[in-house]
Amino acid sequence: MSAAIRTETTWTRKHILGLEDLSADEITTILDRAAEFKRQALAGEPKSELLKGRVIANLFFEPSTRTRTSFALAAKRLSADTVDFSASGSSLSKGETFIDTARNIEAMGVDQMVIRHGTPGAPHLLSRYLSTSILNAGDGTHEHPTQALLDIFTIRQHKGRLKGLTVTLVGDILHSRVARSNIWGLTKLGARVIVCGPSTLIPREIKRLGVEISYDLDAVLPESDCVNLLRVQFERQRSAFFPSIREYAHLFGMNSERAARGKDGMLILAPGPINRGVELTTEVADGKQSVILDQVTNGLLVRMACLSLLDQARDAPR
Amino acid sequence: MATILIRGGRLIDPRQRLDRVGDLLIRDGAVAGIDAASRAVDRTIDARGKIVCPGFIDLHVSLRDPGDEEDETTNTGTAAALAGGFTSIACLPDTSPAIDNRAAAEFVILQAARARNCHVYPLGAVTKELKGQELAEIGQLVDGGAVGFTDAKQSIANSEIMRRALEYTRMFDRAIFGHPEVAELSHNGVMHEGFISTLLGLRGIPSAAETIMVGRDLALAEITEGRLHLMTISARGSVEQIRRAKREGVGVTCSVTPHHIALDDASLRTFDAAFKVSPPLRTQQHIDALIQGLQDGTIDAISSDHQPYTMEKKRNEIDLAPFGMTGLETLLPICIQSLIAPGHLTWLELIEKLSSAPARILGLKQTGSLETGMVADVTLIDPDVEWTIDPEKFFSRGRNTPFAGWMVKGRVETTIVSGEVRFDRGKLVRGEAAGV
Repeated sequence: MSAAIRTETTWTRKHILGLEDLSADEITTILDRAAEFKRQALAGEPKSELLKGRVIANLFFEPSTRTRTSFALAAKRLSADTVDFSASGSSLSKGETFIDTARNIEAMGVDQMVIRHGTPGAPHLLSRYLSTSILNAGDGTHEHPTQALLDIFTIRQHKGRLKGLTVTLVGDILHSRVARSNIWGLTKLGARVIVCGPSTLIPREIKRLGVEISYDLDAVLPESDCVNLLRVQFERQRSAFFPSIREYAHLFGMNSERAARGKDGMLILAPGPINRGVELTTEVADGKQSVILDQVTNGLLVRMACLSLLDQARDAPR
Repeated sequence: MATILIRGGRLIDPRQRLDRVGDLLIRDGAVAGIDAASRAVDRTIDARGKIVCPGFIDLHVSLRDPGDEEDETTNTGTAAALAGGFTSIACLPDTSPAIDNRAAAEFVILQAARARNCHVYPLGAVTKELKGQELAEIGQLVDGGAVGFTDAKQSIANSEIMRRALEYTRMFDRAIFGHPEVAELSHNGVMHEGFISTLLGLRGIPSAAETIMVGRDLALAEITEGRLHLMTISARGSVEQIRRAKREGVGVTCSVTPHHIALDDASLRTFDAAFKVSPPLRTQQHIDALIQGLQDGTIDAISSDHQPYTMEKKRNEIDLAPFGMTGLETLLPICIQSLIAPGHLTWLELIEKLSSAPARILGLKQTGSLETGMVADVTLIDPDVEWTIDPEKFFSRGRNTPFAGWMVKGRVETTIVSGEVRFDRGKLVRGEAAGV
């Protein structure tokens, strides 16, 4: 029963817009809450009544299958009612701004909004015009907090800690919201972060976030406790950042040989959807170091944790 | 026409290197003299504690008329100009249709005459429909009143066309107003490329997108001996190149906006499209270079780069929202706050960049100074009054300003155009009261 969840946990933040804003304590609170949901699920009680009677709107202004499904299921597990809205392309084409769209949905009586949008800052902008809680489900190339939280949760589950671990983020850092959120979260929890990829896809200024830059995956593997293989975002690239997919896979693709070169017990994560044969080979994706499916399972728990915590702050001022 | 005596003000006229308390006499629409005696005065304006200076002249303003009247009209844009102390504005040809032929230029002048606010001078298009392909009929546009030529916010990508434009306009002694930007480098960008853009995941526009084009345009101005005016420069590298070119005698002038000095790229952390401008807001090291450029004369003028848009266009996802902010009604207090108050410029220097320098760039011989015989375009400033910027009170239709709610100091009190009081203490003045 839901009585097992300790709702007296302090949580005062109205929105979860990004891990840049969250403190290490807040991140840990979310991870601990997710762990409680996990214990409940293992005890055969995956469903809670914490958000019974609440309405959660999922606003997806950008196509998504996995994140969307995960959020929908998380809301159901918490017994909330959900409304779904998706728009491909800009709502402006219908003569309405996306702020109008969100306000309309809010007026239907919504307690929380989960927002996915192709433009950085879109959820932040909405948080200034709306009075509901807002949970960022990915804003362009800016942040994707729940993805990073589930990555971090998965690492903690397998390694027992974050402090002192070396986590290498591989691939397209420039266009990756997953990378930005991971960098904030991991560094706040005391992990060492290496970003590794083609020099065209690693903005040099990223160093100022306290990460190390490498262009040589083979060199950093022996130091890495975890590697997170970011998806090559073909759809966000406007010009050639590398000569060919073949060359990318040659330099940065994870194969069995490279997986074996890693530190003992090195975990392999991938936020997906993965391009098999590009970021990693099928053998690695399905191999014993891979925790890709754990990530998916944990995604649900982390999203339940975020939704249930935000509910505690629903009456906070915007 | 009325005879007006402006008494006891601090008279500042850069052309005469004048900065002292005195009386200014206006008769028959012209400056009749400083401390000159007059028997019959119709109206006396008490200007004690006020600055009395030549009316401001804006080098590039978008009036959106014809075509985008929901954003601005000649009527509202020129009213905003008066409220900001401007007695003359040059307007960009990026209307729909574009100001690329004589009839269109004459329409601008006709609309301005109907509005009867400030003087309006059209800038003609360099190329037909601003497409950057074929030269517009520049000679016809000159006959229609065009005082300069520009493809507005579009850089002329084809170097051959830019070269011919600089050569061709020499015949008419008009400048080409360039917006230096390499489109391939700024493509889809919304802000300055740097640490903040990396943090926010927003597509950056590197300063090289500007400095590369500044370099090209300077090289072309040099070989053609044409007149080049670079609008709204924002990067340190641009200032350095222009400084060197001026030393070598290249016919170049340039301008900046107040917002490129008052604001930096960290403003974009709000994700508010009010801060999305072209060129983008940059970092302190660029701002320092702009201030230095203003001080040593490398940067000739300050322009508002007034870009009005309706809120439904601007209050949007930052990548969909158009570039630009309104500027006419906030220029003076922002200049005071970021240039006068910290001691970067004296009042005389600031007013030079707002009046005599733009008059010279536009080739306007009858305005931009308080010398006897000049058209009586005069602005009175209360330099000490404190007020809060409220876009709801703008005369402009554009409310897209990031300065809403700013507590500022200094305001335009009275604007006199051709010897008529057209704006006085917050209100437009019409007919009889204007001293017609």
